[in-house]
Amino acid sequence: MLDALTALELARIQFAFTVSFHIIFPAFSIGLASYLLVLESLWLWKRDDAYATLFTYWKKIFAVAFGMGVVSGIVMSYQFGTNWSTFSDKAGPIVGPLMGYEVLSAFFLEAGFLGIMLFGFNRVGARLHLFATAMVAFGTLFSAFWILSVNSWMQTPAGFAINDAGQFVPQDWWAIVFNPSFPYRLVHMVLAAYLTTAFVVGGVGAWHLLRNSQDRGARIMFSMAMWMAVAVAPLQIVAGDLHGLNTLEHQPAKIAAMEGHYETHENGAPLYLFGIPDDESEKLSYSVGIPNLGSYILTHDWTGKVKGLEAFAEDKRPPAEWVFWSFRIMVAVGFAMLAVGLWSLVQRLRRRLYFDTWLKRAAVTMAPSGFIAVLAGWITTEIGRQPYTVYGLLTTTESTSAVGAPAVAASLVAFIVVYFTLFGAGTVYILRLMAKPPRADEADEPEGPTRASGLTPAPSVAPHKVFSAE
Amino acid sequence: MIDPATIWAALIAVAVLAYILLDGFDLGVGILYPLVKSEQDRDVMMNSVAPVWDGNETWLILGGGGLFAVFPLAYATILPALYAPLIAMLLALVFRGVAFEFRWRSKRHKHLWSAAFAGGSILAAFAQGVALGALVQGIEVEGRVYAGGWFDWLSAFSVMTGLALVVGDALLGAAWVVMKTDGGLRQQAQHFAWRFGALTLAAIGLVSLWTPLLNDAYLARWFNWPNVILSGVMPLLVLACAAALIRGLRRGPDALPFLAANGLFVLCYIGIGISFYPYIVPHSVTIWNGAAPDSSLWFLLAGTAVLLPMILGYTAYAYWVFRGKVDPNEGYH
Repeated sequence: MLDALTALELARIQFAFTVSFHIIFPAFSIGLASYLLVLESLWLWKRDDAYATLFTYWKKIFAVAFGMGVVSGIVMSYQFGTNWSTFSDKAGPIVGPLMGYEVLSAFFLEAGFLGIMLFGFNRVGARLHLFATAMVAFGTLFSAFWILSVNSWMQTPAGFAINDAGQFVPQDWWAIVFNPSFPYRLVHMVLAAYLTTAFVVGGVGAWHLLRNSQDRGARIMFSMAMWMAVAVAPLQIVAGDLHGLNTLEHQPAKIAAMEGHYETHENGAPLYLFGIPDDESEKLSYSVGIPNLGSYILTHDWTGKVKGLEAFAEDKRPPAEWVFWSFRIMVAVGFAMLAVGLWSLVQRLRRRLYFDTWLKRAAVTMAPSGFIAVLAGWITTEIGRQPYTVYGLLTTTESTSAVGAPAVAASLVAFIVVYFTLFGAGTVYILRLMAKPPRADEADEPEGPTRASGLTPAPSVAPHKVFSAE
Repeated sequence: MIDPATIWAALIAVAVLAYILLDGFDLGVGILYPLVKSEQDRDVMMNSVAPVWDGNETWLILGGGGLFAVFPLAYATILPALYAPLIAMLLALVFRGVAFEFRWRSKRHKHLWSAAFAGGSILAAFAQGVALGALVQGIEVEGRVYAGGWFDWLSAFSVMTGLALVVGDALLGAAWVVMKTDGGLRQQAQHFAWRFGALTLAAIGLVSLWTPLLNDAYLARWFNWPNVILSGVMPLLVLACAAALIRGLRRGPDALPFLAANGLFVLCYIGIGISFYPYIVPHSVTIWNGAAPDSSLWFLLAGTAVLLPMILGYTAYAYWVFRGKVDPNEGYH
């Protein structure tokens, strides 16, 4: 099968594969790092050991997820050069320094304090340990800031000129960093990370509440997660809408593909809820739409003009067949999150939060929903900006390295095998950790109380010692 | 007035050196895994690097990311040229990286993750050495793209440098374990340090004699007046480090072998630097024609001037927090 593909297609698949795997981990660890900071702060503030137990419980899960994020991230930082060397040469003077700032301000900060956060409680004491946790949490957010600035600049380039060698050269760094789509994308992604984590935490809490609705740790997790759902899901829908309006302004072809508009609607575009897009015949078959609502959402005018894909040259359109669906999946998940959030609010007000079996089942089902939404959202925005890497200026075809198809195919197969094996194992370990309820003597040993190595379970940093006595 | 491209060449060189030294010992710990039979000793070895390995590998991202930012042409030509060894290195780093956590998460598969840790460490070190050797051999560039073949990186020389880095990292790892542990494990590590010390010195000698023969430019660099003085001084410095290594292993203190091993690495690295200058991709791209526009260089330099001292500060602090011998009963796992 791989023989039939060109080096360019293989390189695209490889990038899509490695970046999709990678984004799963930061989407979780950005939110989880902040959650750990909240838990540890609550413990120090209220001196309630339940928070210490939860901190240790989630810390172990964080360590596994974070490790996978780091190693899959190293791959990303080299992938630009190995497979997209023309892009690297041309966009390097702008994209490179932003990534440089990500390494300097975020990666080192996370890595430098992660060791202390995971292993150092008894060596540094509670206050410094809280500081280390805070640095890890801030590091994940700084990282999001810079990498989203990079991605946004590629979507809505600003503040640059082009030199004789064909390179993008910086003119105005402020305009580059805070390019037109950056604030929207940053807010949308950070909220997405928080929601993703909230639903994982909520799902784990609900799972344990289904077995024992009195479990204190599970109740705290579930309650905190559901507060997040009800507070952040509506914010996210508003942020997504604003992001969409920004996209309409800068990347109208992407919006046309997302909405399934092949034709331009001069006065009043429908909002298609369903349909089967076909790029070949340029038709949306079996479409179900609400007249004029599309125009209202996009232009805030019932009869506003909305450009269809036909308004763009054929070689400058994104494939609607992907974008139409991925966008709908993301939106559907978002509204499902809101529904669970509201449902939990109703039950909370009725003092039934921990006892509604169907709510708990729904929360368990929704545990992975954030990952689905994040992936669907990124597929929408990344396929939607095709055929460009730097929007309107550098095409994906022009960006590639002169690496032969066999080399790219071989490395792609290696990545697929290794990622599925290792990250599959990692996911199993994380699920195993989640399957156990949080316990006051939360310890770090693998499977069972006796250590394979014969070591006693880490007396000096063992959490029951760390967190039980003040 | 020093131009920003030169400052950046120096900074990238320091970042790569920091990576080679720091990840060198923690890769070395993995390379020694097959030689250490007891899982308990392996636990202690892993715990000795667990709090710092992540920070160590961040220097690799800085090396790669920094090259991307300030020498995009070098990044865009070196990486395709070294495609196979670099992909192998990345995958190997994934294996060993996940092993740090996974090894504690499954009793049944612990030995598999030990093997992943060892295999990943060995392959990563070998691939890095091969990549370095291939870079020393030179990379063909036409226009602004890599113009060589897909197996240009493979040669007797690059395989030799690959093996050299494996034994060198093993020496760093052994010296680290001598410094960080006690008892039987420390004794074992001393044995390893003797053996890998001898192998490392042999490898340094071989690579040093081989490199000038690769290319007339290297020959001229090392044997024309006045540089020929360096050709006399460098071996003496290597011998001084070797003497310090021997003394440290015989009579202590336990930090001395580690410092001496690092000294050997620094000397080799300076040697490579002398060979390369002023090229960043030998013999195709110089520091100045590979550099990004000045505004990119200054923009990142401004932040680096503030952030790098902070990074060095808190990295040193993290090492300070975990100073001293590792208590076999301590560790988060």
